[in-house]
Amino acid sequence: MRFLLPLGVFVLLVILLAIGLTMDPKKVPSPLIGKVAPAFDLPLLHNESLTFSPDKYKGQVWVLSVWASWCVSCRAEHKVITKLADMELADIVGLNYKDQPQDGRRWLQQFGDPYTFSVIDQDGRAGIDWGVYGVPETFVIGKDGLVKYKHIGPVTDNSLRDEVVPMIKSLL
Amino acid sequence: MKKLISLMLLMCFSMPVIAAIEAYEFKNDEAEAEYKALIDELRCLVCQNQNLADSDADLAKDLRKQTYEMVQQGKNRQEVIEYMVNRYGDFVLYKPPVKSSTLLLWAGPFVLLLIVLLVVVIRVKKTRAVDAPQQENLQQAKGLLSDEADNRGGSK
Repeated sequence: MRFLLPLGVFVLLVILLAIGLTMDPKKVPSPLIGKVAPAFDLPLLHNESLTFSPDKYKGQVWVLSVWASWCVSCRAEHKVITKLADMELADIVGLNYKDQPQDGRRWLQQFGDPYTFSVIDQDGRAGIDWGVYGVPETFVIGKDGLVKYKHIGPVTDNSLRDEVVPMIKSLL
Repeated sequence: MKKLISLMLLMCFSMPVIAAIEAYEFKNDEAEAEYKALIDELRCLVCQNQNLADSDADLAKDLRKQTYEMVQQGKNRQEVIEYMVNRYGDFVLYKPPVKSSTLLLWAGPFVLLLIVLLVVVIRVKKTRAVDAPQQENLQQAKGLLSDEADNRGGSK
């Protein structure tokens, strides 16, 4: 009977700590979900005389994928993004984040270009507006121009199947 | 030996120089103080246990630059904090705002303190209740002992 209280406290603590272990402190919830996609007007990677801004895609579902040639986990993600592109569900815009444009172009040449097009965010200003803090990051934007979903870190086969694709399909 | 000691001393003093971050020119001392307070309070998202002032991460550098520019433009503290929170959420704040989702965080320690105090009070009361008759017994025993001593004295 005397041990019941300490034991109870101990079990409670173990449960709390166990829950804590399953959480990822690196995943910062985005305040952007449900808000209007932050505006930018950036030159295209493959034709710098043209620019793209998010309001040009109003009325359609699209994906913004933040990548850089210096980002190692972007290479791992590349084949998954290619799979998503092959499904032809939505346009995928690449945000070439804090990169040298020629390095970015070379990277796409080497691994293949799954993006509908990429834009150059060399100083990372658009990245700040989108709350990007780790590359790669993936956003899904709805027809209403609101950000619906954000994936931090490389999209894996599992997260593509269980989260990204269902999210895009639900918005179409 | 002397050379070695002076070299070591020199190395001690050179550390702050290496650790120095970008040097910005401020329009006045207030702006500088504001900037310093802000980068001290804002948290770096990449290396999560550092503030913007301490972090050497690329993003921290960018956010310091952003903070500097906003302060130079005459934006006040609240505006800079709002700008960061709108983009990165409450996470960028080392001092989170009081909200329903952070209530446990703010009230938790006080609730725990209250529980501990309650337990202590109950315990003390219980021991007192147990002690009280013992005190009586003790008095009684003392009385008996002194009576006996008196008696002994009397018989002598």
